Amino acid sequence: MIKYFLSKLLTFVPTFFGVTLISFAFIRVLPGDPIIVMAGERGLSDERYAELSAEYGFDRPILVQYWDYLTGVLQGDLGESFVTKKPVWDEFFALFPATLELALCAMVFAVVLGLPAGVIAAVNRGKLFDRTLMSTALVGYSMPIFWWALLLIIVFSGNLGWTPVSGRISLLYYFDTLTGFMLIDSLLSGQDGAFMSAVNHLVLPSIVLGTIPLAVIARQTRSAMLEVLSEDYIRTARAKGLAPVEVNGLHALRNALIPVITVIGLSVGTLMGGAILTETIFSWPGIGKWMLDSIFRRDYPVVQGGLLLIAVFVMIVNLTVDVLYGFINPKIRKR
Amino acid sequence: MALLRIRNLSVDFATASGKFRAVDSMDVTVDRGDILAIVGESGSGKSVSMLAMMGLLPWTATITADEMSFDGIDLRSVTAAQRRKIIGRDMAMIFQEPMSSLNPCFTVGFQIRESLRKHMNMSRRERHQRAIELFEQVGIPEPEKRLGVFPHQMSGGMNQRVMIAMAIACRPRLLIADEPTTALDVTIQAQILELLTGLQRDTGMALILITHDMGVVAETAQRVSVQYAGQKVEEQPVRPLFSTPHHPYTAALLAALPERATSKILPSIPGVVPGQFDRPKGCLFSPRCSKADDRCREIEPENQPEELGRAKCHYPLGVNEPEMAQ
Ligand SMILES: Nc1ncnc2c1ncn2[C@@H]1O[C@H](COP(=O)(O)OP(=O)(O)OP(=O)(O)O)[C@@H](O)[C@H]1O
Ligand SMILES: [Mg+2]
Repeated sequence: MIKYFLSKLLTFVPTFFGVTLISFAFIRVLPGDPIIVMAGERGLSDERYAELSAEYGFDRPILVQYWDYLTGVLQGDLGESFVTKKPVWDEFFALFPATLELALCAMVFAVVLGLPAGVIAAVNRGKLFDRTLMSTALVGYSMPIFWWALLLIIVFSGNLGWTPVSGRISLLYYFDTLTGFMLIDSLLSGQDGAFMSAVNHLVLPSIVLGTIPLAVIARQTRSAMLEVLSEDYIRTARAKGLAPVEVNGLHALRNALIPVITVIGLSVGTLMGGAILTETIFSWPGIGKWMLDSIFRRDYPVVQGGLLLIAVFVMIVNLTVDVLYGFINPKIRKR
Repeated sequence: MALLRIRNLSVDFATASGKFRAVDSMDVTVDRGDILAIVGESGSGKSVSMLAMMGLLPWTATITADEMSFDGIDLRSVTAAQRRKIIGRDMAMIFQEPMSSLNPCFTVGFQIRESLRKHMNMSRRERHQRAIELFEQVGIPEPEKRLGVFPHQMSGGMNQRVMIAMAIACRPRLLIADEPTTALDVTIQAQILELLTGLQRDTGMALILITHDMGVVAETAQRVSVQYAGQKVEEQPVRPLFSTPHHPYTAALLAALPERATSKILPSIPGVVPGQFDRPKGCLFSPRCSKADDRCREIEPENQPEELGRAKCHYPLGVNEPEMAQ
């Protein structure tokens, strides 16, 4: 198990350097010059431009710039935002909990609905529920997030007036940030209705962000279950006189989870991508919105650092999934 | 009263290319403490008939029978919940492939205790004790340690012992062993068969042993039912079956035994069991039978009387001269 973990950890290293390179290159291949963007409509003189260029180090060869960036990263220094002059690191951690909370809720939504739906569909293969679910999943999977979000907003916020359209909590409540997770902070604040307000704000964005993972998980669970259900040990379980709930929910699902866990891990990456869009639509103050704004401002350090931190986060999640996978699959665990 | 009585059992599968009859009007009778062997080549419907009785066939199967009773209970009319109280407790089954028949995600101990938890009114401790006892009974060394092990960490032979322990956990009155040794190597095969017959002797349970190995039959069974292409073609007690087989198919199976071979080359029955698309008219064995004539190829034979092992043949073997003259 330890060896398995270390070998997975080792694959981290090349990925990490790859991401530093890609994030560095990505923002630079976009047309547009950060100094010009910062100067805005008024523009600036050539001398001032040269001065600023030298200040930010843009006048040096690109490889030297990358080397500087890399050595900085390795020392834990991600630089400062061109715009706010605050360390990227600090900005990221101020905003990250909001994204994490949204992503977690989206994931919970996707798993809590997707797993049972997949199981039930597989057990009732070919019947009405199965066919309905699978075509719905296909629609969910190919739904443009933007359009889906607007539809939900129109129905639930507009017509029905059940949910708010933007932000994390109603302006009526104010309390200090302790954990950065609004659900927890609102509970800790002890203010009446704060928690419900936070929940209300979370519902729509979570559904929007969780829809694609939900479709993926439901489909994957179904196909994994179908495979498992034809295995000999399922017949053995039934021959013991176990009830369908025990056969499907314990013997079959336990085996089907092995591939499904992998898919759940992989969809965290998708979720981070989807978060950018979702946060923009719902004015959710997380890193998605922050990154998008920074890209428009050509704020090099923020984009580089943000991409790198998101990538590291995804890698950590995948590593956790690998470990979990090892635990859930005895053939790996006992090695 | 017989422990198990099946009359005129047929199983049809709905397949993409139409209906396929895997078991065709089969009769099985097993008394308490009996050992019945069901022999036949691959594809002759041995497993399907037993799975039908256990209620383990997929929904594509249609089961019909004039009678299917176990211990006085009509298996045709029981509800799924009632059946689940019977199978795994009074009627248990072990399968061909020990490696794939155990769940890879649970320890073997869990899988054994699960049967006990389901059917027996036992405390945690008692279940653990009983599991150890069962492991000792089926000859698994260091039971205490082995209970915590996953199936892939043990050999096929050990896994089959686990399967047997699991099947006998609730002291069944009928154990169905579906080719329990096919996947194992020869030395282990003998051990497992010995274990099964030993357990049968000690517990007095009835045993149905499915096999395609006539050699196994000779050593273990009391009665033999020979199955071909979904039909029972002959049934006799072991000794007379080996000395005077009445159906040409039985005779051919016996001739294929290594110790009966007269030449260096082992005789085998030419051709294969007919499947869905090549079912012949008349006697199903006629295309492979050396004695078949036009009558065999046209008219399906009736079963001969009891004295002739109910052989499903127009020209049964081993009939006395005077009878032949008639
Ligand atoms: N679920 C199913 N759907 C369709 N046909 C099936 C199904 N299960 C079994 N059959 C068919 O029924 C026939 C009898 O199969 P069965 O497994 O009973 O044979 P068997 O005598 O046990 O052979 P073996 O010695 O290989 O185990 C075979 O032709 C098989 O293809
Ligand atoms: Mg079989």
